[in-house]
Amino acid sequence: MSSQSLFERILDPSGRADPYPLYERLRETPVARQEDGTYVVSTYREIVALLHDPRISSDRRNLAVAAEALDQNPSFIGLDPPEHDRLRRLAVRHFGPPHSPRVVEELRPAMLEITTRLIDGIADRGRVDLVDEVAYPLPVAMICRLLGVPEEDEPRFHAWTEKLVETLIPGEEGRAERERERQDVANELRGYLAGLAEEHGRQPGQDLLSGFVTYRGPEGGMTPQEVVSTAVLLLIAGHETTINLIANGMLTFLRRPDLLERLRADPGLIVPAVEELLRYEPPVHFLSSRVALDDITIAGVTIPAGAPVVLALAAGSRDPAHVSDPGRFDPCRLPNEHLGFGGGVHYCFGAPLARLEGQIMLAELVRRLRAPRLVTDPPPYRPSPVLRGPRHLLIQYDGVEPYLPT
Amino acid sequence: MRVIVDLTRCQGYGQCAYLAPDVFTVGDEALLYDLDPADEQREHILRAAAACPVQAIHLDWTQTRRVGQSSAERPSYEEAPAAKMTDGHIVIVGASLAGARAAGVLRREGFAGTLTVIGDESHEPYDRPPLSKQVLTGQVPSGHTMLPRLREVEAEWIAGTPATGLDVASKRVHLADGREIGFDRVLLATGTRARPWPNEAEAALEGVHTLRTLEDAARLRQALAARPRRVLVLGAGFTGSELASVCRELDLPVTVVERGPAPLVSALGAVIGGVAAQMHRDHGVDLRCDTTVTALEGDGGRLRGARLSDGSTVEADVAVVALGSIRNVEWLHGSGLAAGVWGVACDAGCRAVDTNGLVTDDIFVAGDIARFPHPLYQYQFMTLEHWGNAVAQAEIAAHNMVSDQAHRWPHLSVPVFWSTQFGVNIKSVGVPTLADELVVAQGSTDERRFVAVYGYRGRITAAVTFDQGMWLEYYQGLIERAAPFPPVTRHVDRREAPRPVPAQVPDRMVATAGATVVVTGHDPAERRATLVHPPQR
Repeated sequence: MSSQSLFERILDPSGRADPYPLYERLRETPVARQEDGTYVVSTYREIVALLHDPRISSDRRNLAVAAEALDQNPSFIGLDPPEHDRLRRLAVRHFGPPHSPRVVEELRPAMLEITTRLIDGIADRGRVDLVDEVAYPLPVAMICRLLGVPEEDEPRFHAWTEKLVETLIPGEEGRAERERERQDVANELRGYLAGLAEEHGRQPGQDLLSGFVTYRGPEGGMTPQEVVSTAVLLLIAGHETTINLIANGMLTFLRRPDLLERLRADPGLIVPAVEELLRYEPPVHFLSSRVALDDITIAGVTIPAGAPVVLALAAGSRDPAHVSDPGRFDPCRLPNEHLGFGGGVHYCFGAPLARLEGQIMLAELVRRLRAPRLVTDPPPYRPSPVLRGPRHLLIQYDGVEPYLPT
Repeated sequence: MRVIVDLTRCQGYGQCAYLAPDVFTVGDEALLYDLDPADEQREHILRAAAACPVQAIHLDWTQTRRVGQSSAERPSYEEAPAAKMTDGHIVIVGASLAGARAAGVLRREGFAGTLTVIGDESHEPYDRPPLSKQVLTGQVPSGHTMLPRLREVEAEWIAGTPATGLDVASKRVHLADGREIGFDRVLLATGTRARPWPNEAEAALEGVHTLRTLEDAARLRQALAARPRRVLVLGAGFTGSELASVCRELDLPVTVVERGPAPLVSALGAVIGGVAAQMHRDHGVDLRCDTTVTALEGDGGRLRGARLSDGSTVEADVAVVALGSIRNVEWLHGSGLAAGVWGVACDAGCRAVDTNGLVTDDIFVAGDIARFPHPLYQYQFMTLEHWGNAVAQAEIAAHNMVSDQAHRWPHLSVPVFWSTQFGVNIKSVGVPTLADELVVAQGSTDERRFVAVYGYRGRITAAVTFDQGMWLEYYQGLIERAAPFPPVTRHVDRREAPRPVPAQVPDRMVATAGATVVVTGHDPAERRATLVHPPQR
């Protein structure tokens, strides 16, 4: 163990349950060069600066030395402006303002309905895994509906997305192999979504995939490759992140009975509480694929052009230079500026969806579960250091309250 | 319920428009919203405010800190404990953004004495930027612009009563109704008013408008809603350009007459002005540059049209005079303060300077009339008529009014302003008029999504973005560090080799007409400067 560097210890799955003490040490060197040439940035101010620094690329094709055979069809998360902006505008056209401002808001009744059904479904169980029973099914159902992916195909793509998430590990060590694995799985997922896109092109519906395939505007539209890359991105992201928000949320609340009481007494508190969760136990801990395009001097360190850069969002959101008492979960924290969804032009595309899903599911769980308590603490974690959350979250409870329409 | 967005901070993430689509609307990044939405929107607005990535949505404009959003404790300049001057009588003259904001900050800072806020308007404090945008399009009623909760600040609010004089020696403010109000410390924040059309008879024609106050906006909205055959806009600064944009959004024919070679020239120079000109024309604005209106013509007391300097005429039944503003400082004539058309001179801590150039102890200035030295710009004195400056400076002034020497803050914020026109969010950081060259560093002016960087003698002094506001912080950092111009070019969204071009900014105007200084006396103890003001029109 002693030969492991601090960052290696952070990546080591054995420390997944509580990486925060390691993050505290990480912040002692705001910009830390790793042996493999990666620069890890862990303090709030520096992360925010780099998120808004045009000398930072999200396109790994800009690496001086790329360990892996690079993805030839990156989605907009792996592209820079202007291509990033063009593709994101084409995607957002069907999802949010200015052209579709009500899409997310109009999903709210469906979210509540699915949430209610899921909680009704565990009414008589007394003991469940919240990850499998509620935290996973809600976001999956929503992203399927939104994208236009048949929910019955879930078992097929679940295996793919999970594999893809497992290969998301920051750092260059073993990257080539991970990337090969990733590409293989990605190709299967791409094939599946390409087929689906074709169908939607023939018979367009009211879903994103249909919009991506059919829309042509002054800026043109998406090529078939771009449709598939975008769909892959949204399917994975829509699925493997909110699961952590919900699971981390219940874990945090169940560890603090006083908090659970406060949330029960004041249901509106769930809104700022979800923001605090995004700061305190975020679903995404690292942005791991950035590249310096020029020598960048920050916090007294010069990151050389072509070097890989990792932004440790979860460490930054707990930076005591940014927030007072960062290790305390305060559901009323104001202002609450956090890095839960990143920042700058790559700010999380699905943030409004994730927020609503998290707010609705957590509010209903808090209100409806009678005397919920953790069975194991800490719970087992999924191996990914990037998308960090419990693999299972076993709880016991004394039944559920009936659904109350508001 | 009331809400306000700090658009200086807003970066156009649009989260509010997803979560409260009936209150907030965004274009690519330009945000328009209702400041006083129905109570049933409450839950949506709370969600939007919580979600804002830069926490720029405020439901209480008295409590929020703006100078640094960090919730961590701010270190003080000195180790010594702050000796707060929390009692006595503070008078604030001016009850708009800066004055009212300062009242809130004073209470937040612990000021427990008597507070009097004097305003010449009869309304409670309101926000002006919406008046040239969503109020004129009819998206939001003019009354929906009140600033949240400011009126609840514990103070004596004297509304509809202009101040007419300041007696520095006896520490009294004179009011138009004859009252005199004594003070221990006073904040001067009387702002500006619209520059009227110089020909009084023509200005009095029905159909001739200016735009500064709530009443102005309500009257102009009514005039636009009556669908005039053509609107004439005099001046293509920010207000004039926003007016033209509103007219086109309402599908009203509009002619804009601008003295300079392009819109926005006096703020952004002729290069970016050229981009703005194309934007006007693409949206169907009849833009006449290098032209002035020589006469407004009426028929039976109603505006009929205008004669232009090029000999042509324009028929219009509504004209809006958007020729800039005049600082409300006449009431300070004879006060012994360095107050003139250029504003009221003060130090970086907002303390007013007297006619001799000496800093006063108990008289502070904030907002559009404050003329302060900026270290980033060679200590040149500048007045900034920006929303963000009023907010930031009010905070600094209020803090300094209750703090001892060791705990005072300097007003060092780099100027930031924004404008929303033709669906585009224009933002600026720094001082674009202090420039000899500029370069389009990111994006392209043809696409109207770009970052233009301004340089002066080899260092970066400003940046202007069109729908690229998320990059502004980076360029602000370069300005603060006096980074070399032109900037490095290895970055994202770089188009063909960016080449600096002359910035074509107007010569900095020197105010000479406002007041003349007469220096008398020979002995150092006797030397005095006196301002001689020309008679008022």
